[in-house]
Amino acid sequence: MNFDKELDAKGLNCPLPILRAKKALAEMASGQVLRIMATDPGSVKDFAAFAKQTGNELLSTAEHGKEFEFYIKRK
Amino acid sequence: MNMPTDQAALDALIRQRIDEILPQKLEELRAAKTASLAIIATKGTLDWAYPPFILGSTAAALGWDVSIFFTFYGLNLLKKDVSDLKVSPLGNPGMPMKMPFGPDWFKGINWNIPNILQAGIPGFESVATLLMKQTIRNNGVASIEELRALSREADVKMIACQMTVDLFGFSHDDFIDGLDYAGAATFLPVAQQSDVCLFM
Repeated sequence: MNFDKELDAKGLNCPLPILRAKKALAEMASGQVLRIMATDPGSVKDFAAFAKQTGNELLSTAEHGKEFEFYIKRK
Repeated sequence: MNMPTDQAALDALIRQRIDEILPQKLEELRAAKTASLAIIATKGTLDWAYPPFILGSTAAALGWDVSIFFTFYGLNLLKKDVSDLKVSPLGNPGMPMKMPFGPDWFKGINWNIPNILQAGIPGFESVATLLMKQTIRNNGVASIEELRALSREADVKMIACQMTVDLFGFSHDDFIDGLDYAGAATFLPVAQQSDVCLFM
């Protein structure tokens, strides 16, 4: 999937991946896509809730072993 | 004229229209409202420093309005230097006592040290705090400094209890800038308007 910005949140624990993602999205334009890599297993549910609450669209969630990959489109 | 002459028929019509329109209207109002969180932070130890700043910064990231009222020992979380916050295992049977280093079998041991020893060994709290800080780093958990900075960046409103400042003999110079100094009468209306209100 194409993306405009990437956030490496590997090794970070709750709530840092969400806070960093929020910051990254704030610096992006509407419609741009952020790719996030994380290792926190809680981030799967957290990013879904974050997207629902903030109106940014969670395009996809993928799991690669112990890593998680998210694509979020800025509203 | 096409006026309803029967009052009962008019009432029934109004009720029917309200039933039709109200759910959508309420949903619109709910969606348009910015959620808000009000926290009362009363503890001044390293472990209790986390809940207000984690929930406050996360709520702000979700777009909520956040206010935290720091009172009693919670004021310690607003000091310029929070590196001296400590955690005490004494009288806290819920706290795992594990080593943040060494081989896995060693890290897995829970050191069940009796309270009487914990109380009697000088520097026990400092060592426990050192080990806790290392565990925090090992797990990629943010430091209190970082969470507090992120909270401030996200416009989390921080209110320091002026009464406790006087009671404990602090001065405003002891604390970070950008605080409001106020009392219960200021915070309660904030709490009243909040969707979520938590005491910590």
